[in-house]
Amino acid sequence: MIYALKIAFRYLGANKTQTGLLLTGVALGVFVFVFMSALIGGLAVYLIERTVGDIPHVTVEAPSRDPQVLVSDVPGTLGVVQKGTSQRNALRNADAFLPLIASLPGTEAVSPEIVGNGFLIRGQSTAPVGLTGVEPGKLSAIADIAGNLVAGTPDLTNSTIIVGRTLAEDLGVSLGQVVTMRSDRGVERSLVIGGLFELGVESLDARAAFVSLSTARVLFELPQGLSRIEIKLTDLNQADAHAARIAAETGLKATSWTQGNAQLIDGLNAQARSGNLIKGFALLTIVIGVASALLLSTYRRGPEIGIMRAMGASQGFVVLVFILQGAFIGLIGGVAGAGLGYLALSPFPRPDTISPGSFPIDVRQGAFGLAILLTACGAILASILPARSASRVDPVSVIGQ
Amino acid sequence: MSGDALITVDGLVKTFGEGDAATHVLKGLDLEIPPGDMAALLGPSGSGKSTLLSILGTLMQPSGGHYTMLGRDLISASAGELTDFRNHHIGFVFQFHHLLPDFNALENVIFPAAVASGRETRTARDRGRELLRRVGLEDRIEYRASELSGGQKQRVAIARALMNQPELVLADEPTGNLDRESADRVMELLVEINKEEGTAFLISTHDERIADNCRRQIRMVDGQVV
Ligand SMILES: Nc1ncnc2c1ncn2[C@@H]1O[C@H](COP(=O)(O)OP(=O)(O)OP(=O)(O)O)[C@@H](O)[C@H]1O
Ligand SMILES: [Mg+2]
Repeated sequence: MIYALKIAFRYLGANKTQTGLLLTGVALGVFVFVFMSALIGGLAVYLIERTVGDIPHVTVEAPSRDPQVLVSDVPGTLGVVQKGTSQRNALRNADAFLPLIASLPGTEAVSPEIVGNGFLIRGQSTAPVGLTGVEPGKLSAIADIAGNLVAGTPDLTNSTIIVGRTLAEDLGVSLGQVVTMRSDRGVERSLVIGGLFELGVESLDARAAFVSLSTARVLFELPQGLSRIEIKLTDLNQADAHAARIAAETGLKATSWTQGNAQLIDGLNAQARSGNLIKGFALLTIVIGVASALLLSTYRRGPEIGIMRAMGASQGFVVLVFILQGAFIGLIGGVAGAGLGYLALSPFPRPDTISPGSFPIDVRQGAFGLAILLTACGAILASILPARSASRVDPVSVIGQ
Repeated sequence: MSGDALITVDGLVKTFGEGDAATHVLKGLDLEIPPGDMAALLGPSGSGKSTLLSILGTLMQPSGGHYTMLGRDLISASAGELTDFRNHHIGFVFQFHHLLPDFNALENVIFPAAVASGRETRTARDRGRELLRRVGLEDRIEYRASELSGGQKQRVAIARALMNQPELVLADEPTGNLDRESADRVMELLVEINKEEGTAFLISTHDERIADNCRRQIRMVDGQVV
């Protein structure tokens, strides 16, 4: 083994230009592999962040109960039942589940909420709003309201309301002024504009408003219970499993973000597949490159391989010499390409923090270890054919030359 | 046939090709080589000298006949056994030196020992140096094959053939590529080693002067020894 290694190195060192070119080619292939991994992975992170960044990963709601249907047993009777639309499916005993849901591993934030519709009134102007009651301090647990505040503070009190900037403009109100909130339950409350946000999403900026949970309880006559619980996870890819677990442990209806975004998931999968195809071709190029270079070397070294066999080198020894060359090229080329890739990709900012228009590259998803492993395996695989052909060199046919 | 012969060859047949295209090179050849022999193998071009040496060197399988060396039946041995046997008991010197071009003289000489043990041992290096001194190349130990003259290369090849102290060295026209002076030096060396170490030599050659230096001459005509 040691001696086979020595000969392998000597062969590689004998033609430094060729070995250098080969290593460069392998390293470039690995670079493409790593680059594609980081780009496809980064794109996924970026797209998911853009889509999922401001929505909950898992939403827990009360299981929707269909109204009981009483059908007359008189034949020929046709019954049409409409599911209640205004009925509020409140999580009556949600408070009991909250600690359990919050304690599940992988949970980043839990926001118990009461949601409902109503009107915001200021003098003669009236605007419909979708109101969300959140615990003070959890305003930004799901969507980053605090970070998109253009005026005021994110601290909700029982007498303040935070509204979208467009909504405020429609009503002609500004920070610190008083508005009247009337819920669809008919309950009214006077509230001070405590903050204005601008998320850049028109439907939210013109329709959404936030109040404290206790204010929402009064407005929607819900002294206990919740409308829903919104959850952020540390790893949004775990949302499906997490939702299933909550459903199993609480009996509540838990919905993962993926359920409403099947197209995004499909698109990401298709993107990952085409990325894998390109990576596969990069690996294939490496394998073919290594195989052809080593095969060329076996032809060139035919006579000396024959002489080695005559001097008592076994076929296995010759195989080993060439496999070791392949392994060395794969390993060194792989490490060099991965290192190069790491250096080139590291300066890119994380794709979940970049603004639109930048290159979404996620260096964490470069799959460096996998790239090195696959390249080394590929190069060893590539050396099998030349190794076999070398080990079959007939000493007699080359010695006579 | 004596029981203590180094090599015993009996009715050796070698045919290349089949049917009408068949070339019958060896036609029932008998040969015996005692230990420490110094024999020249003579014969016209195409008479089968190289073919015989290849078979004796276990590099080629005969089409028929018997071949034993050191009491071992080498016809029925497996490829792996033959590789091992060659390594320990047979040395080769060819018309072309066939040195490993990326290795220096010493590394070339110790190849047969290193490939057997899997590494280059200090003992092997010591013997390699001694052999290079023996062939008059102690000042060329670090030289690569490309940095040596034709005669020097052939002397390195001889040192390599002797590395594992084989009982038999097969030399196929070892001086065929050398000028007269170098050829004489190489031949002198072979005779000397034969005398001092008792290594048997079978040397194929067209050169009667070389043959005269040997203890006996084996002549091949029409696939047989006459
Ligand atoms: N692989 C082969 N296939 C077919 N014929 C072969 C093969 N090898 C050798 N021969 C034939 O066998 C015969 C003997 O060849 P060989 O090389 O043994 O002769 P030789 O005595 O060494 O000749 P020379 O003195 O020219 O070296 C030749 O006629 C040659 O054509
Ligand atoms: Mg010949």
